Amino acid sequence: MPVTKEKLSQFGLLALVIRRDLVLAMRRRADVLTTLVFFVMVVSLFPMGVGPELDMLRKMAPGVVWVAALLASMLSLGRLFSADYLDGTLEQILLAPQSLSLLVLGKIIAHWMVSGLPLVLMAPVLGLQFDMSAQALWVLIAALLLGTPILSMVGAVGAALTLGLRGGGVLVSLLVLPLCIPVLIFGAGAVEAVSSGMSIASHLSLMAAMLVLSFVFTPWVTAQALRISME
Amino acid sequence: MAINWFKYSAPSAFYGLAGKLAPWFAWSSAILFALGLYISFFVAPTDAQQSEAYRIMFIHVPVSILSMFIYLVMAGYAALGLVFNTRLSSMMATALAPTGALFTFIALWTGALWGKPMWGAWWVWDARLTSELILLFLYIGFIALHASIDDPRRADRAAALLGIVGAVNVPIIYFSVKWWNTLHQGSTIKLTGTSMHVAMQQALLLMMLACWCYAVAVTLTRVRSIILERERGTQWVAELEEIK
Amino acid sequence: MSEFFAMNGYAFYIWGSYGLALAIFVIETALVRHKRKITLQQLRLMRDAGEEESV
Repeated sequence: MPVTKEKLSQFGLLALVIRRDLVLAMRRRADVLTTLVFFVMVVSLFPMGVGPELDMLRKMAPGVVWVAALLASMLSLGRLFSADYLDGTLEQILLAPQSLSLLVLGKIIAHWMVSGLPLVLMAPVLGLQFDMSAQALWVLIAALLLGTPILSMVGAVGAALTLGLRGGGVLVSLLVLPLCIPVLIFGAGAVEAVSSGMSIASHLSLMAAMLVLSFVFTPWVTAQALRISME
Repeated sequence: MAINWFKYSAPSAFYGLAGKLAPWFAWSSAILFALGLYISFFVAPTDAQQSEAYRIMFIHVPVSILSMFIYLVMAGYAALGLVFNTRLSSMMATALAPTGALFTFIALWTGALWGKPMWGAWWVWDARLTSELILLFLYIGFIALHASIDDPRRADRAAALLGIVGAVNVPIIYFSVKWWNTLHQGSTIKLTGTSMHVAMQQALLLMMLACWCYAVAVTLTRVRSIILERERGTQWVAELEEIK
Repeated sequence: MSEFFAMNGYAFYIWGSYGLALAIFVIETALVRHKRKITLQQLRLMRDAGEEESV
């Protein structure tokens, strides 16, 4: 990280961390793409497993896309801290005088931009495979936009707790997936609601509430988890 | 005579106390089970709607409630261990987890066996059963995380954090599942058609106490082994009667 | 007596439930006691090994 003499504002520090992580991620574009490809593959597997009748696929679509998004998020979590952990940067980050929660938040945001956002952009394309209506697709995008950051944030806690452990991606998934179930329920529920003509306001506001709660609490919890793992 | 409770926060002192208490809880549990089962099967009348099948309730409900209660106690001990750095608290949390997980499993199994004659399916996505399933996942996560970390202190603290996060999430998860279930008009396992007969209430209470005493007895015994293992290098362990 | 066991046709479900619960309680108790036995054994071994060294 560049050494700078001027005092950075909170926001400036955040931007610095995000930019650094994005630059590093861009150097490893393959990692980023594999998550996306996994997402596409999982979604495409379902019709092959259950048959091509569009009626059934349309009903399944929200659940399928959401479960695939959950799984893809879990897989990508390994990348959040491992590179920095392996090359010693994470130790330096922990020793830095700046707020660890803030630095962690920066990493999570960068991670979401690289892992979660592509899923949001890819989902409508996949929705078409399931013959979803335009309305449903819009709600899907909105729900994923609200939900994928939550997945990244809750996942960050799991990633921090399992730093350097043998279990790998499976262990993190085991720990984090139960906690993500509400996001799945309301995210998929929103899309189903719009398909059956019901109001989506409650679903999306609940997701927004969960997003705000995660935003407020997870950086700090993740920071504590990092300290526990790195002692 | 004021008891200095704090002395029991040392593993060495608690080891002895747990050893003395466990048999009491074990025997109490046996007696309470005998009484509870007697009332469940011979005193409580046949239900109007569910015939004899409702008697599964007398094991299903106590273990379900205890599975949730144990999780909270476990998370509580874990939090104490994390905040105050007391080793014994973390050991108690570790000791509680397997018992809690097994209770959750029994709850799921008995729930399925209750659901089959009532609803015709082995698994119904009832809000409570689904929440129990998620609770089982939370227990397994706690146990798995603790088991995958070699350093005992890191293991204790990481699992504690996970346990606390899980405990905080339980209301959110339960609410979402309940909402999801009503929307999809799932079936609900009803306790009985009408208000509960007195004998049924008595039986439930006795079975609940029986299960609780059992859980305490098993946990106290388990924690003694954990204490011995963790404190094996110390003087007091070397001088124990049991290994002379 | 056999009427009691038949439980109005629900025997499988009722005894299946209570049977599993009993089995788990018995197995858990056995496991916990076994663990204690093994732990004490290991402690004895450790102590004996320690005494051998100092002799």
